Amino acid sequence: MSDAAHRLDVETTAVNNQPVVKVRGEVDLRTSPQLREALLESAQSTSGPLLIDLSAVGYMDSSGVGTMVYVKREVERAGRRVVLIGLQPRVRSVFEITHLDKFFTIVQDLDEVPEP
Amino acid sequence: MSEAPLELDLSSDPRSLPDAREKVRRWAGEHEWNETQIGEVVLALDEALTNVIRHAYGGQSGKKILVTVQAIQDPDGGDGLEIRVRDFGRQVNPEDICGRDLDDIRPGGLGVHIIQALNDSVEYRCAEGGGMLLVMRKFKAPRVEKS
Repeated sequence: MSDAAHRLDVETTAVNNQPVVKVRGEVDLRTSPQLREALLESAQSTSGPLLIDLSAVGYMDSSGVGTMVYVKREVERAGRRVVLIGLQPRVRSVFEITHLDKFFTIVQDLDEVPEP
Repeated sequence: MSEAPLELDLSSDPRSLPDAREKVRRWAGEHEWNETQIGEVVLALDEALTNVIRHAYGGQSGKKILVTVQAIQDPDGGDGLEIRVRDFGRQVNPEDICGRDLDDIRPGGLGVHIIQALNDSVEYRCAEGGGMLLVMRKFKAPRVEKS
């Protein structure tokens, strides 16, 4: 598999007038720092809940989960929420193994994001 | 399907992780592990390599990591695999390697817990000549006892 296949892309787009951070690729020790930086940057340039679409993330390890914990803490410090959207079963299982599925608000679709 | 072990000679560089995952994923597929199990095997290896890079080598790149993956059988003839991860870095008392309290929610420190949760047995040894050897064993059929 080429190196490009293991690249991580992070992009903030508007969906139904809500900013959504779309993450694509694999999150591991190599790409976690990039993800953390991109999510914090996106948090600074948006308002309301930080909606993170992980549906195009095919792989995540504990580095990635740890990054999510860090970002959640930072965002909540500013009085905002973090919602994770569309986790693939393999990614969701990492949150479950580490019991962090209860720490995060996780939904399958953008329509399911709970009201504050 | 080859019965020869898969041997990987890796560098302690995070950029080596995707290729290592891919090779082990392919090996497990060839040995007829199902998709869920393959995901678990690959994640456990990734966590082991991440721990070596972070802790045994303190984030230094260019250090050697040797990985061996081989098919094994349990005493009842059930198919399994054994992954050995050998580093040449800092030695620690194997008894001091344990997963942390999951109620203490913070980034980091989850790798050992994941490795233990995804394998049927996990053993850390101080290797002769320095460094550590991690031996992970996993079987296709669920086993009642976990070490």
